[in-house]
Amino acid sequence: MTDQAAPVTAGSQAAGSFPGDEPPEVLIGYYREMVLIRKFELTADQMYKRAKIGGYCHLNLGEEATVVGLMAALQEKDYLFTNYRDHGYALSRGMDPGRVMAELFGKSTGVAKGRGGSMHLFDTKTRMLGGYGIVGGQLPPATGAALALTLHGKPGPDAEAVMCQMGDGTTNIGAFHESLNLAAIWNLPIVYVIVNNRLGMGTTVEAASGEPLLYKRGASYRMPGERVDGNDVVAVREAAQAALDRARVDRQPGLLEVMSFRLRGHSVVDPARYRSAADVEEAQAADPVPAFRAQLLSAGVFTEEQAVQIEDDATEKVASAVAFADSSPAPTPDELFDFAYATPVANAPQALPGQPAAAREPRL
Amino acid sequence: MPTTSYRQALNDTLRAELTRDENVFLLGEEIGIFEGSYKITAGLLKEFGPERVRDTPIAEEGFVGAAIGAAMLGMRPVVEIMTLNFSLVAIDQIVNHAAKIYGMFGGQTPVPMVIRFPGGGGQQLAATHSQNLEVWYAHVPGLKVVAPSTPADAKALLTAAIRDDDPVIFLENLSLYNTKGEVPDGEQIAEIGKAAVVKEGTDLTVITYSRGTVIALETARQLEDEGISVEVVDLRSLRPLDRETFCASVRKTSRAVVLEDDWLSYGIGAEISASLMEGAFDYLDAPVRRVAAAEVPLPYAKALEVAALPDASDLVRVIREVLDDTSFSR
Repeated sequence: MTDQAAPVTAGSQAAGSFPGDEPPEVLIGYYREMVLIRKFELTADQMYKRAKIGGYCHLNLGEEATVVGLMAALQEKDYLFTNYRDHGYALSRGMDPGRVMAELFGKSTGVAKGRGGSMHLFDTKTRMLGGYGIVGGQLPPATGAALALTLHGKPGPDAEAVMCQMGDGTTNIGAFHESLNLAAIWNLPIVYVIVNNRLGMGTTVEAASGEPLLYKRGASYRMPGERVDGNDVVAVREAAQAALDRARVDRQPGLLEVMSFRLRGHSVVDPARYRSAADVEEAQAADPVPAFRAQLLSAGVFTEEQAVQIEDDATEKVASAVAFADSSPAPTPDELFDFAYATPVANAPQALPGQPAAAREPRL
Repeated sequence: MPTTSYRQALNDTLRAELTRDENVFLLGEEIGIFEGSYKITAGLLKEFGPERVRDTPIAEEGFVGAAIGAAMLGMRPVVEIMTLNFSLVAIDQIVNHAAKIYGMFGGQTPVPMVIRFPGGGGQQLAATHSQNLEVWYAHVPGLKVVAPSTPADAKALLTAAIRDDDPVIFLENLSLYNTKGEVPDGEQIAEIGKAAVVKEGTDLTVITYSRGTVIALETARQLEDEGISVEVVDLRSLRPLDRETFCASVRKTSRAVVLEDDWLSYGIGAEISASLMEGAFDYLDAPVRRVAAAEVPLPYAKALEVAALPDASDLVRVIREVLDDTSFSR
């Protein structure tokens, strides 16, 4: 058995008893979110190929149960930091799909006013404090956000916490280790979540990691580490919730490894030729969206008709998002220096290419 | 006006800001129990406690980044990095994060933080502990970079930096910590982005910052006795750069020498020279000259260190050369 196929250490794994005590509307809600992410990402892929979206574009295809499970555990008052594979988190966190699509389109109505793009979704209202494009870059700021929470408030069941998502490749960068260490010595209310989709671009976890059981890396910092099946939305939620509770109440930082699959390449332009047929087959077989659909149907949580309705609604929502993004204005060059500084400052540079930085004063 | 040291001015200002605003807190290596490698934070742990004067492990990328995240949630962290050299291991957080977060996310969250560190060589600390890489940060939009040369400016610029909503790199200098000067009592807030004419003159302008300002003022006083009137512009802010102040000065004096602590190529002086080409070309009687550090990893041996670093004798020599080139008559 490979390390990546090793059993999970947390989660309900309640396949036999599904849906257990889960209220049907909750499960249907998860399916609705998962389908929205799926449709949004498939559409983003199309829009990229039509050159409506520029730059890099990383999709959550195959990670829908992971995203929705994590976001179900995170409360409104909590803060979220993610990496650049962030569209699903933004949607699940409650950002308007139109404004997310508008950001991808580089429009003024985008969640970051068209300044960030796909990798840098951000919204203070839903407390998703970015979308970060540099691998590992989000970890120290997320850790600092948790530090600020300890300076602002007291621990307890109502306390705020921080979730910091990252990919498997991030566990090898220094910022990961520095951040976990700081969280441990300062007892910070933060849960670090590794979405292990088994590939850092084209490099496998085994090839990149001295300890490929990534959840064990918390042990260096006496931080509880757990691994959960990322295709089981309820299991993901429960594991994340338990870790968040420990963060809130005990100020015990945690590390959660969520085993997932990437259905496509690293980004939309990556054909993923480095993947074996068996690997792709495994990922497709584990696809959480049809699997959850089948599970809900067979458990009688919803009917085929209801499922189709949810899927049609998602299609409709994404179509409106595209229409909104398409019809939104692009920022204009006169706005270029907006947001250069939060506190206005004397002599802030304003030169466009070819313009002098210092005004010429001809000698008479 | 009371006279105090640059070090004490920094210490007093940190204390005043910690007292004034409960969101201000300090973090860095050895700033608490050890009271700071250069004793800038002496006494503050005892006064404000370990939450607000927070010792960190040796993890610059981690704690600089943590300050960013805390600032995003409304705190006003003041980070001490032991020397500029060690900021290089935090440069991803400074350049890719602190400098970007406000603009890249569409102005949704400011990052009100200060990163203090001393630059400077001349203490036989050898190549990795003597660098003047302020231009790396001065190059980056989104950052503000200030470099006080006097105790009074140390107070007024640090106060401004802490109250500013942007990430401010606050450049100190090892050789300035023990210098003394008059510091006005009460609240003093400098305007970031403004240079100052710290000595008026008519024959030549020396444009400089930080340690260089002290050298330039001494040199100017020395040359005064010979009937040479040197104007000294202290940049104070390396980003934004107050081009108008030094261009106006050079339009008056027609001669310019830049004294900088960094390496010659691509340095502060290169930027100032280019700015003078734009803003004062028609007034220049001679090419702009630069007095900068020799481009070598700074050697330990004293004789080599002295040879590599710009000093008053280098400045005097270059000033005389410029004056001689332009038929200056004393």
